[in-house]
Amino acid sequence: MASVKLNNIKKRFGDVDVLHGIDLDIKDGEFVVLIGESGCGKSTLLRLLSGLEDITEGDLYIDEERVNGRSPAKRGIAMVFQSYALYPHMNVFKNMAFGLKIAGKDKAFVKNKVIEAAKKLKIDHLLERLPRELSGGQRQRVAIGRAIVRDPKVFLFDEPLSNLDASLRVQTRVELGKLHQELKATVIYVTHDQVEAMTLGDKIVVMNKGRVEQVGSPLHLYHHPKTQFVAGFIGSPKMNFLSAKITEVGTENTQIVLESGRVISVAVDTSGFEKGATVQLGLRPEHISLRCDTNTVEGKITLIEHLGEQSYLYVDIPQEGELVLKVDGDNQYHAGDNVTFGIKPNRLYLFAKDGDALPRITASS
Amino acid sequence: MTFLKGFLPSSPRHVSKSVTVHAILLAYTVIALFPIIIVIINAFKTRKAIFKDPLGLPDSDSFTLAGFQEVLLRSDFGLYSWNSLVVTLIAVGLVLLLGAMAAWALTEYKFRGNFIITFLFAMGIMIPIRLGTVSILSLMVELNLANTLTALVLVYIAQGLPLAVYILSEFVRTIPKELTEAARCDAVSEYKIFFCIILPLLKPAMATVAVFTMIPIWNDLWFPLILAPGEDTRTITLGVQQFVGQYVTNWNSVLSALTLAIVPVLILYTIFSRQLIRGLTSGAVK
Ligand SMILES: Nc1ncnc2c1ncn2[C@@H]1O[C@H](COP(=O)(O)OP(=O)(O)O)[C@@H](O)[C@H]1O
Ligand SMILES: [Mg+2]
Repeated sequence: MASVKLNNIKKRFGDVDVLHGIDLDIKDGEFVVLIGESGCGKSTLLRLLSGLEDITEGDLYIDEERVNGRSPAKRGIAMVFQSYALYPHMNVFKNMAFGLKIAGKDKAFVKNKVIEAAKKLKIDHLLERLPRELSGGQRQRVAIGRAIVRDPKVFLFDEPLSNLDASLRVQTRVELGKLHQELKATVIYVTHDQVEAMTLGDKIVVMNKGRVEQVGSPLHLYHHPKTQFVAGFIGSPKMNFLSAKITEVGTENTQIVLESGRVISVAVDTSGFEKGATVQLGLRPEHISLRCDTNTVEGKITLIEHLGEQSYLYVDIPQEGELVLKVDGDNQYHAGDNVTFGIKPNRLYLFAKDGDALPRITASS
Repeated sequence: MTFLKGFLPSSPRHVSKSVTVHAILLAYTVIALFPIIIVIINAFKTRKAIFKDPLGLPDSDSFTLAGFQEVLLRSDFGLYSWNSLVVTLIAVGLVLLLGAMAAWALTEYKFRGNFIITFLFAMGIMIPIRLGTVSILSLMVELNLANTLTALVLVYIAQGLPLAVYILSEFVRTIPKELTEAARCDAVSEYKIFFCIILPLLKPAMATVAVFTMIPIWNDLWFPLILAPGEDTRTITLGVQQFVGQYVTNWNSVLSALTLAIVPVLILYTIFSRQLIRGLTSGAVK
């Protein structure tokens, strides 16, 4: 178990800049999730941490020690790959024992260690099998088991669940969470799935094009996204965005006008902006209210998705565009119906042209 | 019946196509096997019968084992076979080991000279080693290796290595990078990664290479004749030549010796080919 500190880490492949200076503080025992779109440099960052790739610039500390240039073996990390990377010609036991055996540990110790880890992961009945005789979920456990037996200071996971089918993914996700509580290990976990990030992470790092966009707890990111990118990334279905212009500047109450001419009041501090400035209005699907009579908007339902407990309404607002709304599953709506809803001013977000969020005046955490 | 079904095509169009393919393959097999069968049939016939009816099977009159007796009793056939076997096995073994190591190093590591070395191996495939026979001979003489099996082994390694490296490199490239990376995270040394992970995974490919390398070495007459013609170092192909005279050729013995020479290489081939089939089809079915 150890803390990890990144200080202005940069990575260049030839003359392509992939990471532009990453600063990050990870506490001992923390479960940190790196999330971002495909190609934003998550895997690259993980490979820099593991030592499989050289750091171009910046300092990396594991357990207060600078480890730049150290080989993966000497960093005390264990990595779990997306493709599992099990040795195909070794059975499960040998796969898990290989690292320990190489390290020259004695046989009884290795055996104990492997069986203990296998029991924890419920794969102790599979020890004699070859990887190709296992299902995807079982392979994943073996890969995790191989990491556990080495008692690493830091676990690195690169999209470990993305090759599993949906139900298995949920199940394994839950087990990973429990495993972390049990091991109390420092975990750095890469994913592009925001549900995994929200459910597993003590801390989420949102990355965008090789930069850290925002770091924070899942709920903090949900309630206080620093940029439009983060707001769109966290939460499902995605936050709706509409373009608008500020008509009344204020520190308490602000009025904006949508393209159709609808006036909306929002609890956002717009001091520092000029009247007429273009902004993006952000509205989460779950934050509309069918009974609220402030900021009422009406539109026509074009599609309904029933999920049981909830339904998603795709609503066409004349002259504005389409909004996704989340409503209770016990509703009487049909496609083609008109719907009217209101929005509380303190549930709305404004983003400036460059994507930065304007400060919200709310008491919600 | 179910066994046959696999070979039976489903539609008439496929029938004609499949008949053509099989006819061509069958014709090729016959052409390839014909000389070998003639050699084996005639090895069991008297000298007279060989010339009177070269294509006929041996009958009670013409059947004889005289050729085999002559080969086994009046020549050092055991020694020749042993020489061939030693040279072939050591050369093939070293070609496989060195070839796999070179293939791994050239594909996995980026270092200065990587391209030059790869290029040299490619040249080695294209330029026949026999062009350098004269310099090889003088080199061996200077190294005091003339008339030794070592000389043959060295030459055959040089002969077989380029193609081995080329084929094995292709296979090394198909091994997922994550495997070696996982091993590096497991603190496995580069040597152990090669011997414990890469080498086992290359097994089918190495069987393929073993067959390609083995046959020309076993059959070679050129280098044994030039580098190791001494009585103690003769290989089978060279040993057989003592029955081929300038004026009289002892056909019984030549044919018997050739028949016997087929046996060891057939055994080696059978051993490798089980792996070979797997090598050629691996990847097709994951
Ligand atoms: N070895 C490499 N050489 C050159 N470019 C690379 C290399 N590895 C990754 N990249 C580039 O770095 C970027 C980030 O890749 P990656 O870290 O794999 O993204 P992610 O894991 O977030 O999907 C991509 O644009 C990719 O093309
Ligand atoms: Mg990735």
